[in-house]
Amino acid sequence: MITRRNLLLGGAAAGLSGCTLLDGLTDDSGLRAFLQGAENLTMTAQRLIIGNSLAPEFTAADIRQGQHPNGSTGVDSDEYRAMRADGFASYSLQVTGLVERPLSIPYAQLTGLPARTQITRHDCVEGWSCIAKWMGVPLSVILDQARPLLNARFAVFNCFDAIEHGLGGDVLYYESIDMVDARHPQTILAWAMNDRALPVQNGAPLRLRVERQLGYKMAKYVRSIELVDSLAGIGAGRGSYWADRGYEWYAGI
Amino acid sequence: MAKGALIYRQKRATRVTHWIWAICLFFLLFSGLQIFNAYPSLHIGREAGFDYDNAALALGGVQNGDALQGVTRVLGHDFETTGVLGVSGGEVRGFPAALTMPSGQALATGRVIHFFFAWLLVGTLVVWLVASIVNGHIRALIPTLADLRRLPGDVADHVRLRFHHTRDYNVLQKFAYAGVLFVALPLMIATGLTMSPGFDAVAPWLLDLFGGRQTARTIHFVTMLALVGFFGVHMAMILLAGPLNEVRSIVTGWYRTDAGGEDDHAA
Repeated sequence: MITRRNLLLGGAAAGLSGCTLLDGLTDDSGLRAFLQGAENLTMTAQRLIIGNSLAPEFTAADIRQGQHPNGSTGVDSDEYRAMRADGFASYSLQVTGLVERPLSIPYAQLTGLPARTQITRHDCVEGWSCIAKWMGVPLSVILDQARPLLNARFAVFNCFDAIEHGLGGDVLYYESIDMVDARHPQTILAWAMNDRALPVQNGAPLRLRVERQLGYKMAKYVRSIELVDSLAGIGAGRGSYWADRGYEWYAGI
Repeated sequence: MAKGALIYRQKRATRVTHWIWAICLFFLLFSGLQIFNAYPSLHIGREAGFDYDNAALALGGVQNGDALQGVTRVLGHDFETTGVLGVSGGEVRGFPAALTMPSGQALATGRVIHFFFAWLLVGTLVVWLVASIVNGHIRALIPTLADLRRLPGDVADHVRLRFHHTRDYNVLQKFAYAGVLFVALPLMIATGLTMSPGFDAVAPWLLDLFGGRQTARTIHFVTMLALVGFFGVHMAMILLAGPLNEVRSIVTGWYRTDAGGEDDHAA
């Protein structure tokens, strides 16, 4: 029995040290690329069944707390401070890239466009969720005005916030979605939250809501939207600050 | 005990799928704890309470003078768990490095590992289910009326560590294996999918079924504990019932039965 017990303990120890087995996987490698191939499977499977279905919406009674701020909670630049000081009256959303009509939409005009209100659950990749009421202009309304060219496949969101202060300068947040999510009715550019102007810590003046994906897709402090046919030229080539750091570009799970 | 006949007990599909599950569950467990560590609290309800308390479990650290103490809060009760839960290796982290994969904090990589093996597990379960329906193995897992009548005697045998080696599973084995394959693993998959914002758009009824996304996350965790418990009992039974014979049957399919059993005659 003692031999057996030793065997068992030895097995357990081998199991524990097995946790360092994939430590090398944090760097880019063929094995990581192979395992990450499951992301394509997830996206393909979800896209097969998801259609235009809506993310669950909740009632006002389900809003029990403020929206938990995460990631950047402010923007440290003179340009942003000046905009904030005048209540974002000097802010204009830029729409550029593969569109027939590039746009520059002033804040007052944005908030006057047809708006959608939705009470939805925000799911962070870390694991927590928070329910809040979002109000803003559907991205499809903006796209209809800008008229994307036929080869436009992705909407890239360039943001004011420096998510990283590196030696080579600040890295401004960037994120992207494809036209399926860009045209989804719940995909809005929110300028209000819980019946008030969008707070700075939650991304004022404008933040994206992509309700069928995780929180990091929902770029805050949106400066401009660029329509592109490929993500190759965006950041390190994966189209998203966090995707360039190993997270999924398609964050439906 | 005298030796009985050597019988072919486990078909190839059963053996191959068993070992793929073993590998999958190994990686899923430790990558799952890595993911848990990104937000080491569990809640009851739709959301995580930040301005109110709906936590079922919270792992964290508190500064006590010079010392960083690990605190585990279970349903409102605090336990000091320095070195294991809450604080280990001198830093605040839910589970210690020895139990997370990768060992350091690496949520993105933990997710890559977790979802790869989740897909492999689901695929293997589907293959197993089809194969077991076709080859009849599935009937070996369903307890019969005769099994239920034998239940008290079987429990008594297990308590006395008296094991019978026959072609068929005993009734406690059937409950354990059927519990894992038809309850625990489907529950893991369903609660896992409930945490997916994409899948919630397709099947919002899952949220109602489990009482919200954060409750689903809690159930996912508790079911993990149940599976770890199953693993512990599974290993203990193998050691107690004769590890060489038990391991041989799940590797090669061949199993030595007790002498004088019905299988002896059949062989």
